[in-house]
Amino acid sequence: MVYKLKHAMAGLIAAGWTGTGMAAYRTDMQEPQTELARRVLGIHEMMLYICIVIFIAVFAVMFYSIYKHRKAAGHKAANFHENATVEIVWTVIPVLILIGMAWPATRVVLAQKDTRSEDLTIKITGYQWKWGYDYLQDGVSFYSSLATPRKQIEDFHGNAASKGEHYLLEVDNPLVVPAGKKVRLLLTANDVIHSWWVPAFAVKQDAIPGFVRDTWFKAEKPGIYRGQCTELCGKDHGFMPIVVEVKSQAEYAAWMDEQKKKAAANRDDPNKQWSLPELLAKGEQVYKANCIACHQENGKGIPGTFPALDGSKIAQGPVADHLHLVLNGKNAMPKWAQLSDSELAAVITYERNSWGNKAGDLLQPAAVKAARGK
Amino acid sequence: MTAAVHVHGHDDHSHAHPTGLMRWLTATNHKDIGTLYLWFAFSMFLVGGVLALMIRLELFRPGLQFFRPELFNQFTTLHGLIMVFGAIMPAFTGLANWMLPLMIGAPDMAFARMNNWSFWLLPPAALLLLISFAVPGGAAAAGWTMYAPLSTQMGMGMDLTIFAIHILGMSSIMGSINIVTTVLNMRAPGMTLMKMPMFAWTSLITAYLLIAVAPVLAGAVTMVLTDRHFGTSFFKAAGGGDPVMFQHIFWFFGHPEVYIMALPAFGVVSQIIPTFARKPLFGYHSMVYATSSIALLSFIVWGHHMFATGMPAAAQLFFMYATMLIAVPTGVKVFNWIATMWQGEMTFETPMLFAIGFVCLFTMGGFSGLMLAIVPADIQYQDTYFVVAHFHYVLVAGALFSLFAAAYYWMPKWTGHNYPEARGKLHFWWSMIAFNVTFFPMHFLGLAGMPRRIPDYATQFAGFNEVASLGAFAFGLAQVYFLFFVAIPTIRGKFGKAPDKPWEGVTTLEWEVPSPAPFHTWETPPDEKLVNELAARQHLH
Repeated sequence: MVYKLKHAMAGLIAAGWTGTGMAAYRTDMQEPQTELARRVLGIHEMMLYICIVIFIAVFAVMFYSIYKHRKAAGHKAANFHENATVEIVWTVIPVLILIGMAWPATRVVLAQKDTRSEDLTIKITGYQWKWGYDYLQDGVSFYSSLATPRKQIEDFHGNAASKGEHYLLEVDNPLVVPAGKKVRLLLTANDVIHSWWVPAFAVKQDAIPGFVRDTWFKAEKPGIYRGQCTELCGKDHGFMPIVVEVKSQAEYAAWMDEQKKKAAANRDDPNKQWSLPELLAKGEQVYKANCIACHQENGKGIPGTFPALDGSKIAQGPVADHLHLVLNGKNAMPKWAQLSDSELAAVITYERNSWGNKAGDLLQPAAVKAARGK
Repeated sequence: MTAAVHVHGHDDHSHAHPTGLMRWLTATNHKDIGTLYLWFAFSMFLVGGVLALMIRLELFRPGLQFFRPELFNQFTTLHGLIMVFGAIMPAFTGLANWMLPLMIGAPDMAFARMNNWSFWLLPPAALLLLISFAVPGGAAAAGWTMYAPLSTQMGMGMDLTIFAIHILGMSSIMGSINIVTTVLNMRAPGMTLMKMPMFAWTSLITAYLLIAVAPVLAGAVTMVLTDRHFGTSFFKAAGGGDPVMFQHIFWFFGHPEVYIMALPAFGVVSQIIPTFARKPLFGYHSMVYATSSIALLSFIVWGHHMFATGMPAAAQLFFMYATMLIAVPTGVKVFNWIATMWQGEMTFETPMLFAIGFVCLFTMGGFSGLMLAIVPADIQYQDTYFVVAHFHYVLVAGALFSLFAAAYYWMPKWTGHNYPEARGKLHFWWSMIAFNVTFFPMHFLGLAGMPRRIPDYATQFAGFNEVASLGAFAFGLAQVYFLFFVAIPTIRGKFGKAPDKPWEGVTTLEWEVPSPAPFHTWETPPDEKLVNELAARQHLH
């Protein structure tokens, strides 16, 4: 602990001295990247400046009075009270100022809410703790999870790896959109409420399980824009960033083609018989992408919060029960039916044959397909 | 009541009340119960403060150095719950208990035994919250707002929190019934409603708010409880429920709750500023009407906490306009305080310093609140550190500073001893500076894009997080200083005996009794002439 505090103090001093430290003291909003975001920034600045002016005016009066009307300065108390004119004035003037604020704000609200005439619709699903993106017109879908290695994050022993440039704001698969097109987002969630926020677009919309909400943005120029989940959604709420990559029209089209080809290649052949090493290799990937947040890399879970898989009755009992639990979820364990048949078969096989678990059996994708919906 | 019975009753009380532990367990005297409330609140303030420091410790540097995210979330949740329900609210109830009977010339609170019960419900509730850290799965980690369906996912700690909230709610309702009944029925002869001290007015209105909304919160958490254990689907979409409904119900409680913590603070400051300006409150009537308007408006603005949930434009606009309206009566209050100071004869003892600090910083919190009311801007601010900064300006520099102002103002009456003026001033300036060092940078963090309730953050937020953490530890230390170098030595009488009227400009009844206030006061109501004379000095007719 003392070591860590020293470490932190050294960092503080370094931050004060170096130029890179200055980037850590940003005092205003991020550069807006859409027409709407510029209007939102305009509203923010209008509010800020009006508030600062009123604050200075009102408290100048107060501090003048504090200075002049002190007993120490020999001032004698006057004895006035209640003055209808003054009281009407200081009620009416604020009302007028408020109307002046409300008018431009209302226009931006209506623009924000206008999701009509979109060029592209993307469905966004919040999961604990990653985002799912579905390009509804193109049939392309993928997950987007934190790409920052745990080694950079966990510093409990003072030996974390040094942090990358986009620490905690980087993902494996960013959302890719074309520049200059109005993108309509449909948001929902799989488990609890999440919120999708990209500050540069001034878009923030809760993703609510069981309901679909919509919002929109129209990015102007290619680039990479970053945001985070902004609704507390459990343990890894701080670790589900959002990265949007805006590409030019042509690059977007090329990217989309590639995605479609990949999707076709990855499509499951339900009749393929997988070997144990194949399933284990794929299962390990699926496990790392989806399961380690709770059950941990060593399968021991977190005692009292997330159960261990290593040595668990489920992972060593009948395979049908294991599959049922993963498909349907239980308590804090979400259902994982959104994974493909081969992914589920692989990860279950992996869990049954890893760490101390030696069930020895393997599950084929065909069996997963058959068990769905039961 | 006949004179004979009265005399008999009097003998009974002054000679036979229990001492030691039993005095406190069986307390029915409003001063004893007020003291219990205040010490309970201060203890909870320290516990909640330690949780806050754990949060700031983890956020000192990017990366996870001390706590795993699940424990961090428990800290943020319990910090909020303990500060709101364990520290601020009981402190104001304690203040009302101690001061209301003295200020309106009543011998005690209306329901003395219920008063005992409403206090003694608090420690078990606090215990439930604290032991929840030790149960499997730990304490509730869904935030103090306990949004479903995250709260339906939690372990046993959530159930303990729900029961704690039920108990705290019962306590609040009973405390409020007591305040309403006392203020409405037990005022001294001649003290009409419009001659009451402002603190009595704000306590009365606050009590009504609490009676209205405490059951709403109880309903919300009970629905979470039945969703968790009895197969209901109030907030589960899969069973036909609606997760957003929880937020509507919660904030229908939650927004009036904000004023439950703010209105008594307005009352305290409205007592203190006229005293030290040696000049009556400028617009007593408009203050009463402004307080009532704020209370009424607080019931129709809850949606401004939910702009990002995706409500229709018409609803967003309604809640935006309604929320902006609150700026009008709040402005009236601030203008009144300043007009009270204007042309006064001001001195700046510690209570006045805290009151002026309150007016400045609460107004800043009010301005950021106005900014948050503006939907398009709120979409950017929502759930970021900008919001964290905003509500700490309102609740720490607002509610807490007014409580310190009250403590310094009335400490001579409570203890019969002077407090150390220089140390009080040091406490004020230390708190004032540390508070701003902690919370002002949070505005910047929020604008730059840092979400709230995260245990780790991108490196671009590192600078201000370090500043905020250092400020937080300095602020915490200032409160330890208050306890050991101000409060305890004052109680022990280290700084001499206080006069009955320690302040020059006082015009309220509590200063007409000796210091320290005897165990029983106003057994015979104050003379109507005295009441009228004091009212006349405040220009109340």
